[in-house]
Amino acid sequence: MIRTLPNSKGYLTGFRLFILIFFLFLFAPLIVTMVLAFNDSMFPSLPWKGFTLDWFLGEGPDKIGIFHDKSNIRGIVTSFKVAISVSILSTIVGTMAAFLFEQEDFKFKGLLYFLMIAPLVIPGVILGISILLFTNSIGIFLEDNFGIYLKFLTPSFGLVVIGQFSFITTIVTMVISARLRKFDRTLEEAAYNLGANKFEVIWFITLKYLRPSIIGGAAIAFLMSFENFNTTLFLVGAKSTLPINLYQQVRDGSTPVINAISFILIISTSILAVANLYMGNKKEK
Amino acid sequence: MQVALSVKDLTKKFGDFTAVNNLTFDVEDGKFFSILGPSGCGKTTLLRMIAGFYQPTGGSIAIQNKDMLGIEPNKRPVNLVFQHLALFPMMNVYENIAFGLKRKGERGNAVERKVNDMLERVGLPGSGSKKVSQLSGGQKQRVAIARCLVLEPSVLLLDEPLGALDAKLREHMKVELKKLQVKVGTTFIYITHDQSEAMVMSDHVAVMNSGKFEQLDTPQNLYSNPSSSFVAQFVGNNNKFAVDLKKNESGQFFASSKNGGLYSLSDSFKLQNSDSFDMFIRPEAIIINPNNTKSTFNSMNADVKAILFDGGNSRLLVTPEKSDQEIIVALPQNRQFDHIKAKDSIKIGWDPEAAVCFEKSEEKIYEDEI
Amino acid sequence: MKMKSKTQKIRWSFFIFFIPVALWLFLLIVLPHLELLRISFLGSGGKGFTLDNYKAFFTEPIYWLTFVRTALYSIFVTMIVLVVSLPVAFYITKISSIRAQGLLMILILVPFWVSELIRVYGWMILLRESGVINVFLVKIGLFKEPIELLYNDVSMIMGLVYTSMLFMIVPIIGVMGSLDDSLIEAAHDLGAKRLAIWKEIIIPYCMPGIMSGSIIVFMLVLGSYLTPKLMGGKNSLWFTEQIYNQIIVYFNWNQGSAFGFLLLLLSSMIIWVALKLTKQDFTKVIK
Repeated sequence: MIRTLPNSKGYLTGFRLFILIFFLFLFAPLIVTMVLAFNDSMFPSLPWKGFTLDWFLGEGPDKIGIFHDKSNIRGIVTSFKVAISVSILSTIVGTMAAFLFEQEDFKFKGLLYFLMIAPLVIPGVILGISILLFTNSIGIFLEDNFGIYLKFLTPSFGLVVIGQFSFITTIVTMVISARLRKFDRTLEEAAYNLGANKFEVIWFITLKYLRPSIIGGAAIAFLMSFENFNTTLFLVGAKSTLPINLYQQVRDGSTPVINAISFILIISTSILAVANLYMGNKKEK
Repeated sequence: MQVALSVKDLTKKFGDFTAVNNLTFDVEDGKFFSILGPSGCGKTTLLRMIAGFYQPTGGSIAIQNKDMLGIEPNKRPVNLVFQHLALFPMMNVYENIAFGLKRKGERGNAVERKVNDMLERVGLPGSGSKKVSQLSGGQKQRVAIARCLVLEPSVLLLDEPLGALDAKLREHMKVELKKLQVKVGTTFIYITHDQSEAMVMSDHVAVMNSGKFEQLDTPQNLYSNPSSSFVAQFVGNNNKFAVDLKKNESGQFFASSKNGGLYSLSDSFKLQNSDSFDMFIRPEAIIINPNNTKSTFNSMNADVKAILFDGGNSRLLVTPEKSDQEIIVALPQNRQFDHIKAKDSIKIGWDPEAAVCFEKSEEKIYEDEI
Repeated sequence: MKMKSKTQKIRWSFFIFFIPVALWLFLLIVLPHLELLRISFLGSGGKGFTLDNYKAFFTEPIYWLTFVRTALYSIFVTMIVLVVSLPVAFYITKISSIRAQGLLMILILVPFWVSELIRVYGWMILLRESGVINVFLVKIGLFKEPIELLYNDVSMIMGLVYTSMLFMIVPIIGVMGSLDDSLIEAAHDLGAKRLAIWKEIIIPYCMPGIMSGSIIVFMLVLGSYLTPKLMGGKNSLWFTEQIYNQIIVYFNWNQGSAFGFLLLLLSSMIIWVALKLTKQDFTKVIK
């Protein structure tokens, strides 16, 4: 049954086979995508026509590699800007929210907490639409009554950041809260006792303790923002983020340059994810 | 007497490490049998082999004269009370106790009657609908035992179930467990590292060390006639003297302490003239202000270094004159010795019959032992 | 006096935390959804109160059929994901050796972070008519000629299972990891067989993880846009596509809002029923 109980050979073999198939299922599409990034063919499919780096380095005119693909590079840059903005904003507000829900007591805390976790169960598409409608209404109201035109209230870079921030902050809050919950509050009392004020206590004691989870939360926020599609779809302006840009190419068919982009993304997210896990594990001890 | 459990040449190896080394012993039906040893001595491995969670590397286990080799844990007539009890948190008390019966296919009134009967026997009548989390430590203990006893096992195995309780409750539960065992008459095999638990409850105790039994005996014999240096140290409190054995002209053996001091030994020590022995003497065997006239009686002057007051368990820490050997002496609280203060000089002594000697063992029972 | 100044300081710090959080939640969560509700009741000119947008939903079969289909498929996908995830989580937490555990966890988590789009794209490369699987099957002679394996309900469901699975496995691993092995040993010792141990011990114990995983998976699948669009067939309509069409293609925001609100209502109701049925508490499940 479990590793400390005697198990029959058949049970273990069967289970291992199942897990093997599961991991094959999990990795097959990723591996195939990565391998075909090096296929010397105009289409992301078999047969294998030989190894090439053209889909990374090619300058055209037939094969334009990712490093010379202006539209996708622009997408990557936009996504980076969005992701950095979102992760900074949501980490700051998420940390405050963690303090608010874990250390403060106030009326309607339960209600506010419920609102805080609500974005987890609101489909991203709906969140995107709601924010689009709401900011649009405000924009019209401001323009009609005061003659003010605010660019970030129409689909644009700013609106994408706002939209992603609205639900990613929830995730960051939960990551940081989980660690703050384990914080031994007698440490704070000890610091007060030694003459520190509330802000010094937070700065020198609590935030130092929270640092691994703040870094982890920021990394998660970055990754979630970078790959977000559903919410962004409705808020994006003239400058597409990478997922929106890729979506159109995937839907309409494209050269293996998408595989090359995927290759880079899979490798870099894996490195970031493993680093995050590794750091998390190390700091836990 | 019928034999409930019979173990022959039992061995368990994990890679190169031998956890249980060629053990052979029998446990009589209806007895309370304890296996006492420090952590890592192999007692848990032994218990898990009896329960069937581990396959032995060699040897055999028979329960009620039936060989248990290759029989799954759930098919054996033994049940285990786990160290942390392993009560099912998603079930109430009744469901926990009924769990095993239902697995046997029993249904309806019979189950209800047995469970309620069992609750009554462990002193928890009417608690069936309580959640596990509502129970106190001692009550959880009893539910864990009831859950096993309701299946009427031939042998009940207990894996240090009192370990998690606080000291007062543990004292209480020792007595409760002993009474319960006498009442139900099931064979209990109890493992623990706490010598007091083993001594209070058991009919027989096996002291285990490095995969072997050092001694298997009644608690009284373990205490008064330990068979090895390890047992002498592990069971009860003892003063340990590092000594060399010497013989004088008249053939009488003496122990010469490395810290200075010469102590006469009982005649029963027909040992060779040799080095490196451990001599043990119990704190309560040392008498304050003795008036014994026996010629071999050891008596000496000693300085009181500290009074270790602990109610009925109070002791003195003394060092004999011209020696830095520390000796713990029992201090009876009968007002007779109230005048003793720290730094006093007093007379102490003991009958050589009370001391035992074993070849020196390098083994340390506790990490921070000097 | 001293006491007073101290309590005032503490209130200050409270407002420093409270104001940004309250602004976030009211401006970006509460008000936008109220606005969604308000606009869904507006007529086509953007004026006056009307129920027409909701009426259109019930009178036009394509709308409510897609809605029901989306709901049923989402529940179905969630159940498949659960059935696959339980043994995987069990293997990782209870059967694999302690050393393999860390490695398996990393292997599970890495694809978790790769964008949904890329993972879907990988399946498209594998399954489509000119895809890797077809080439392979034709080569070994199982197929005479390539068959379109993509763009049907089966491929869509598989894609949805694939993209959402890890959100089930991770929370279940979380609770299963805290399930004391001795509970399973005790149940075994008391005579329980494999099935009974699953039914009586493991599933009830893991219920909070199962519920939070199910809620997240259900939400992701219900609100999914990419996977049904890219892996489903022409007839594999998904309700989010209807919303997208209304908002972006027809520019009918009022109709789109009504659809959006209905989807929100549906998801809240299904989650509420599921929580009631399993007697779990929402805020506890989410933690």
